[in-house]
This record gives sequence, C-alpha cells and structure tokens, in this order.
Amino acid sequence: METLWQSVVEAGRMLVSGDLSLYGIIGLSLRVSGISIAIAMAIGVPLGYLMGSRRFVGRRLVQVLVNTGMGLPPVVAGLTVYILLSRTGPVSELWASLSGSIPPRMLFTLPAMIFAQVVISTPLVTGVTAAAIGSVPVELRLQARSLGASSWQEATLVIKEARRGVMAAVVAGFGGIISEVGAVMMVGGNIEGQTRVMTTAIVLESRKGNFGIALALGFILIGIAFVINNGLTALQYSGGRYER
Amino acid sequence: MIDRLKGKAIWRFSVVFLAFALVFSLAGCAAEEEPVVEEPAAEEPVEQSNLVLASTTSTQDSGLFDVLIPAFEDAYPEYKVEVIAVGTGAALEMGENKDADVLLVHAKAREEELVANGFGEYREDVMYNDFIIVGPADDPAGIKGMSVTEALVAIADSESTFISRGDDSGTHTAEKNLWSGAGIEPAGDWYLSAGQGMGDVLVMASETPGYTMTDRATYLNMMDDLAVEILVEGDNVLFNQYGVIPVTGAANPEGAEAFAQWVTGDAQDVIKTYGEDKFGQPLFFPNAQ
Repeated sequence: METLWQSVVEAGRMLVSGDLSLYGIIGLSLRVSGISIAIAMAIGVPLGYLMGSRRFVGRRLVQVLVNTGMGLPPVVAGLTVYILLSRTGPVSELWASLSGSIPPRMLFTLPAMIFAQVVISTPLVTGVTAAAIGSVPVELRLQARSLGASSWQEATLVIKEARRGVMAAVVAGFGGIISEVGAVMMVGGNIEGQTRVMTTAIVLESRKGNFGIALALGFILIGIAFVINNGLTALQYSGGRYER
Repeated sequence: MIDRLKGKAIWRFSVVFLAFALVFSLAGCAAEEEPVVEEPAAEEPVEQSNLVLASTTSTQDSGLFDVLIPAFEDAYPEYKVEVIAVGTGAALEMGENKDADVLLVHAKAREEELVANGFGEYREDVMYNDFIIVGPADDPAGIKGMSVTEALVAIADSESTFISRGDDSGTHTAEKNLWSGAGIEPAGDWYLSAGQGMGDVLVMASETPGYTMTDRATYLNMMDDLAVEILVEGDNVLFNQYGVIPVTGAANPEGAEAFAQWVTGDAQDVIKTYGEDKFGQPLFFPNAQ
C-alpha cells in the first residue's frame, strides 16, 4: 500500500523535476505510436470503408483475416517483424543480392518498432471502422447517389456519418499500441535514449526491483492515455448537434 | 403474461446455471483429489510445500536449474521448488520483501549488504563461473586475445558498438566494474544500454553486430544461434562468484535452509559435472567452504 502511494508521489516528482530522459522516453512513445496509428488509419479507414460498404470477391476472407488480426498477440506480430528484418532474414538477403553490399541494421530502430505497431493496430482500425461504416443506413448512400454524388463524395459523407465509430477505431488502435510491450521490446531492443519507450522502461525498472519507479511510470502512462483519450472523445462528440 | 414468461426464463436460466456450477465444482474437486488418489502409489506420501528460489536470468539461461532443481527435489521430496528468474536487483528486492524464500545470485557486495541489513540469514559461496567478451568474427576493434582493460580501451577508442545489459543485474554490475577498472566512462552512440536479459543481449550483439560481455554458460548454451565469438577470456577480473542466501522471515524457512545446506554440500558434485557432456567443459566451478 505504501509503495502505491509513494509511486504516485514519485510520478509527480519525476514529472516536475523535468528529468530529460523521462521526457525523452515519453516523447518517443508518443512519436512511435503516433506515426504508427497515422499509417494504420491511412490503411485501415479506406479498407474498413470498402469492407463496410461494398460487396467484392473475397470480402468474407478479408473480414476473417481482419478479425483474426484483431486477436493477434502483439508478441507474435513482433516476432514476425523480427524475423523479416533480421540480418539473416529475407529483407536483408534481398538487399544483399540486389545491391551486393551488406544491408544496414534494421532491427532495434524506430522504423522497426513502427512497422510492428502498424501490424498490430491496422486490423483493429480496419475491423472497427468496417463495423461503424456497416451500421450507416443504406438509404443515406442511396440518397447521396440519387442526388448525383460521386463515389468520393459518397465515401466522405458516409465516413463523416460514422465518425464516432471511426474515432473509436482509432482509439482502440492507439490504446493497443501505446500500452504494448512485447513487440517493441523484441524489435526495438529497449536501447536507452534510442528505442526505450514507456512500456519497456516499466519492464526494465520492475526487473531491476525498482517497483516504485516502475509504478510511477505506469501512472504517467495512464495519465497520458487519459489526456489523449479525452481529446479524442471530445473530437468524437464535437459537432453532434444534429444528432441524438 | 410477459412477466410470467420472464420469470420462467429467469428460473430456467438459474437451473441451467446451477447445473453448470455443480458440474464445474465437481470437476474441480475431482482435479484436486486426483493427486491424493495417486499418491499412495508412490513409496512415501509426502506433503509438498512450495519453495520460492529467486535467481538471475543468466543462471536460468545457462540451463543449470534444469539439472539442479530435479536433483534437489529428489533429495528433498517434501519441497516443490519454484524458480523466479529476474535481474539480480529484482531478486535482491524479492528477498527484502520476503517474496522469495532463498536467493541464488552473483553480486557479492550487494549480497553481503542485504545480509548486513537483516534481510538474509547468512551468505555462503556456492560456485563461480567466468565472464567472457564476445564480438563479431571480423573484430573491428581488434581485441582478440587482449586483456580486459586493453580490450575495453580499444573498443572505446574505436567507438565500436558495445551492448550493455543496462539492467542493474549482476552481470551488468560486473561489466560496470570492468569499465571503471579500465578508467573509462562508457558513453556515446556506440554504447547501447539494452536493459534486457543476457540471452536477449547476445542476440542483439549478434544482430547489430557488436561486442558484449556475457557469462560463459549462457554463451555456450546459445552459441549455435549466434554470430559472435569469444574474443577475450581467462583474465582474473572475469571471475563471477555466486552466493546463496536464505531470506530472513521467509514463508518457508525450513525449505530455504535445506536448499542452502544442500547447494553448498551434496550439490557441489552436480555443479562440477554440469556442462561436461554437452560442451566438453564444465560451466560452473563449485567452491563452497
């Protein structure tokens, strides 16, 4: 009990003291997960729109793949990315055979971490977006089309209509990766000042036996998640005066 | 009418739920009773108590426990050993919090401090192994065959990548001592502090590629999957002493005492031969007094 209270105090002290390495770690977490969620949205929102609004060959298969991907253990995503990017992996071999030079190190870098987080969050964004798009009444689309909307305009309208669901998709995806530890530990390597993020720092401090600091970092992570979700929720419900 | 139907539905649901609960609780009982039914078949029915052994990831990775723990449980069938492999820092913290019954770690000064602060009954030498410096075969800093100090100076001067455990473990503590012994404060882009276990760091060194310091046992166990070689070994400063500490106020003090006595007694022969069949050389050298 004492440790719990002490770590709340410690969390505040760490934030106020302006510890540069702490702010570096927080910044890196936000940067990696922010870029990842942006890429996941760029892939997942259009794909989710297609799945939720169009019939096409193989849609069921895509749906099953996406749903399975939503349940993919992050550490398996991490392992897959690890094997792909390893110096003995296929990407390195391809590089070596094409350029004849030794490939640069790809593991233990930010792009590797982003790659893994995109793999984890894209199915989440896609699946939830598809569900949200699917629940938009078909009449809306028919009406838009009858008024002469292009398919681009129609898509914009439908996504706008389903924006709460789409935001929920983004929140789910972002929550999944900012709190994830197995994959970023594996492909990032938890290198101090380079690839160490909030979650891997928490694991490290707990392994060291610094339970108080580990918990304090946990509180800071929860605090950041709260602030971000607060902002996203505000966006989600903004401009809702025409609705219930 | 609707209310009556609802009532019926709830009633039916409750019956089904209760039936399930009954089946599951019976299944639970059966599962619990099973060992008791089988137990008389064994020669001596013994009441087993759990013994929590906190140790380090490098000891776990060396594979020693796979031999040591079954041997202890054969000698003392009344104890069931649970090995918690963490960094030395966390293992010592587990001792302070009485979350472990007995510690087997390798950071002598900190172990003695733990006992002096009243968290451990006593500390006894158990065995030692040695550290080695490994690196890529092309050896960019040219450290092969050097002494530890020369090698570290060469790595720092050439700014060759060196991956540190960086996790406050016994191995990390030993590595820091070597750097300060060489009069170097390692810092810069070439010095990567990974904050991970020995196995993870060896894989990183192999991938990067870079140098690192490791215990010999973990390296030999993983050698086939690594692209790093032994470059520096046999220097006196690479000696790594293990100690055992029964935790004061432990949940299972008798078990802790029994383990400490055994590991410094009968187990010494087990330790001496471990690794010979697999690697052609022992990995640990027993030296209990």
